[in-house]
Amino acid sequence: MNRSDWDWSPGEKIIADLQQWRKNFHEVEAPCVSPDGERIAAVVRMQDAPSFICETKSAWKRGFDKIWGLRFLPDNRLLAIVSAAGKWTVAVEGVPWENWFDFVWDVHVCGAGCNIVAAAQNGGAYFAVLDGIPWRSAFPSLSNLTLSPDGRHSAAVVQTVPFNSGDVFQFRKGCYTVARDGNPWPDNFLNIWDLTFSPDSHSIAAESRISVEDYTIVVDGKPWQRGFLSVWKPLFHPFDHSVTAPVKIDKGWSLAKDGEVIWQQRFFQLWHHAYSRQGNHIAAIAAPGFGRWTIAVDGKAWPLTFNHLVTDMVLSPDGERIACIGKTDAKWHIAVDAGCWDGSYDMIWEPVFSDDSRHVAVKAEKKGEICFVVDGVPLNDRFVSAWDPVFGPSSDCVLLKGITRNGVYVRHVFKLAEYNIQ
Amino acid sequence: MSYWGFRKVMSVSAKALPKVLDDSIDKAADRLAADQISAVIERLLYNEGGARLKTYMETCAHCGLCSDACHHYLSNNKDPKFSPAGKVRQTIDLIIRKKGNVSIEFIKRACEIAFTECNLCRRCVLYCPFGIDVAYLMIFVRRICHQLGVVPKFIQDTAHSHSATFNQMWVKEDEWIDTLFWQEEEAREEIPGLRIPVDQECAEIFYSVIGPEPKFRAQLIYQAAVIMNVAGMSWTMTAKPGWDSSNMCMYTGDHEMTARLKKVHFEAALRLKTKRIVMGECGHAFRSVTDVGNRYLGWKAPPLPVVHAIEFYHELISNKRINIVQKFDKPVTFHDPCNIVRGGGLHELARGIIDKTCEHFVEMHPNREHNYCCNAGGGIINCGPPYTSKRVRSNRVKADQLRDAKSWGARTIIAPCHNCHGGLEDIIKFYQLDMDIKFFSDIIYGCMDKNHPLTTEAIKKY
Ligand code: SF4
Ligand code: SF4
Repeated sequence: MNRSDWDWSPGEKIIADLQQWRKNFHEVEAPCVSPDGERIAAVVRMQDAPSFICETKSAWKRGFDKIWGLRFLPDNRLLAIVSAAGKWTVAVEGVPWENWFDFVWDVHVCGAGCNIVAAAQNGGAYFAVLDGIPWRSAFPSLSNLTLSPDGRHSAAVVQTVPFNSGDVFQFRKGCYTVARDGNPWPDNFLNIWDLTFSPDSHSIAAESRISVEDYTIVVDGKPWQRGFLSVWKPLFHPFDHSVTAPVKIDKGWSLAKDGEVIWQQRFFQLWHHAYSRQGNHIAAIAAPGFGRWTIAVDGKAWPLTFNHLVTDMVLSPDGERIACIGKTDAKWHIAVDAGCWDGSYDMIWEPVFSDDSRHVAVKAEKKGEICFVVDGVPLNDRFVSAWDPVFGPSSDCVLLKGITRNGVYVRHVFKLAEYNIQ
Repeated sequence: MSYWGFRKVMSVSAKALPKVLDDSIDKAADRLAADQISAVIERLLYNEGGARLKTYMETCAHCGLCSDACHHYLSNNKDPKFSPAGKVRQTIDLIIRKKGNVSIEFIKRACEIAFTECNLCRRCVLYCPFGIDVAYLMIFVRRICHQLGVVPKFIQDTAHSHSATFNQMWVKEDEWIDTLFWQEEEAREEIPGLRIPVDQECAEIFYSVIGPEPKFRAQLIYQAAVIMNVAGMSWTMTAKPGWDSSNMCMYTGDHEMTARLKKVHFEAALRLKTKRIVMGECGHAFRSVTDVGNRYLGWKAPPLPVVHAIEFYHELISNKRINIVQKFDKPVTFHDPCNIVRGGGLHELARGIIDKTCEHFVEMHPNREHNYCCNAGGGIINCGPPYTSKRVRSNRVKADQLRDAKSWGARTIIAPCHNCHGGLEDIIKFYQLDMDIKFFSDIIYGCMDKNHPLTTEAIKKY
């Protein structure tokens, strides 16, 4: 995604009139827009006709029996899962993969080349398909599909030992493992979930249940020495290949690294941890007590807490700042660096940092309208539907993408200076 | 008769309950070492048996006032073994007194009692002068059994399914999505343009169902889709794990998996930025989402509002989002499911729906929070065929209740809970009651105006 190539000239650009789409087609599904905001697309149908994709001004020529999972790739190409004659595949820019399957779902995209992986099923056998090429082996079931950061490897939880319905003893022997590019790890586990690749795409870590009461983290097929009462999703350190995960011990949650607990503090809950880019800080969503939610950084909780929940934690690119969304008394708030912005909303989406880490923008909803807030300053634009804001490459402007009350899709770039945001 | 009044509970001749054979209990228990049993119990009593357990155990006066509250006791000719206090006495009381030094045979029997002779229905709590929660004590026994790996086979299989697939019926991810597409296609024949939105961000409602719906009762998804579309609701379902709100792990004593399942469910709704979760007609799922799983995870209340189908349908009818054009004309009675009535207080809203949709209503007695359990709840029906005969025989009082309602004309039972459906179906068959059972969605779908113009909020949005 090279944002420098996008149009960053300030001003509003009308891209499409969706009212017109509505007049032209019998049905128009919810649209999606490209990252650069220049394209908008939706699945459309005439009565009793196949599904088409309408894009910006007109519908594509080729229709399919069914289209779903419509989304734009980071490089602004359009992807959809399509079916024809009872078979399914992935189509990019309307061009289906060569191979078709009995079913396709759970698409992931990663890597500079926007590699695509999808889960697929043929004749009751399950496998992954990476850029149109199916794994060489198939399994009785597949879940938790993941794509490596370089986009060249895929992994999923697979069942390697079939068992009959009700055979609880066989299940307990372990019938599931991780298959990387179709090759299963040698050992099976009771359960295995939430895979994560290392930054160099070579290793995989996952949560696992190794006995009825023991949970641990498994890295490349090898469980940590120690079991815990429960664990959540592990992460690799950005550089040193160590693995950390929230673990439950002695009636509380803490953070463990390579099997050893590294935070002194115990929390009622701890999850969704993240590293700063340099790997020198770890932040996580935490509950210091029952029903009190906040962010913990390197084991220390913010003094600011929310009584309902905290979600959508994001670290700035330099790793020095944190933004999240908190809910207290049924109202949503934006919290940045342990402080709360003024105002509350009916819904708030994941915060977005500028490349220089100085600015934070969010999309929010109030009284049925979508609005945006940058560094605590509410913007004037109002939409009935909108997408996440995007900062310009020099961090001095923001791209807003939204549908106005008149049903017009607009792309609006404005300079932060317009709002005196320094 | 007052709403809590008891019509005479007719007694049926006492027959010894059939000997139950669940080979998994024997097989798992026979592998246990004695010190393993005491070690697990000691650990659980130390780590998890806090003030609540101690208070209950030390407060019980053995007065027996809870006995007549329990359908197991009443249906088994008032055999004290089946009384709430009797079940406590035979299980957790002895476990504590013997400091965990109990035999393998003891564990087998404790497993059978906790899993198949108590529905965790909490009716007895209402009648205990101290409010002792016998269901909590039986869950504690189930927790011990779970950690020892001694759990009835069929419910354990369901819990395994939850852990492997995040749904209770081994439904694979593609099968689930395909079912949604299939139901959408079917329903479009009736309501042109109808949609079952999948992974639609920012919809107002995240609609969740339970595992048996795609497996056996896909018509309920169809009906929900018709209701949502006609009412013009902004709604979505998810193609990802988290679509199943049920939680049999809550009943096998597997607290860790209970929490994990609820995390997946809530996060599916939160990820799509929906405003509230609307759940289908299920009782235990409602309890797991609004009262149990959220607390295990650290949320005092669910992280976003959760609405049971009863509340939702009541809202749609009251706000005239759907219009009833012709009321259901056969006399109906209503079974108050434990988890949404005694546990959730939705009894008057349910009667509000009946008032708007049915011509003739016959109250079952006792009713509301005093209603008897269907004997499927608490996971008993999920313990499967080995226990079916025992289960229906142990709910003679429910058969008497139904027979009584039938004598006042009721032919149809409305039960807004999947487990209750299963339990009542078995009772109807075994006691030859010749009645039929419906969900609210069956009634509403049959009575509503489906020609109401499609004005979805989603459409208005763009
Ligand atoms: S919870 Fe219900 S089934 Fe269990 S002992 Fe009490 S009344 Fe009986
Ligand atoms: S009514 Fe309460 S105190 Fe009396 S026996 Fe039952 S549980 Fe114990």
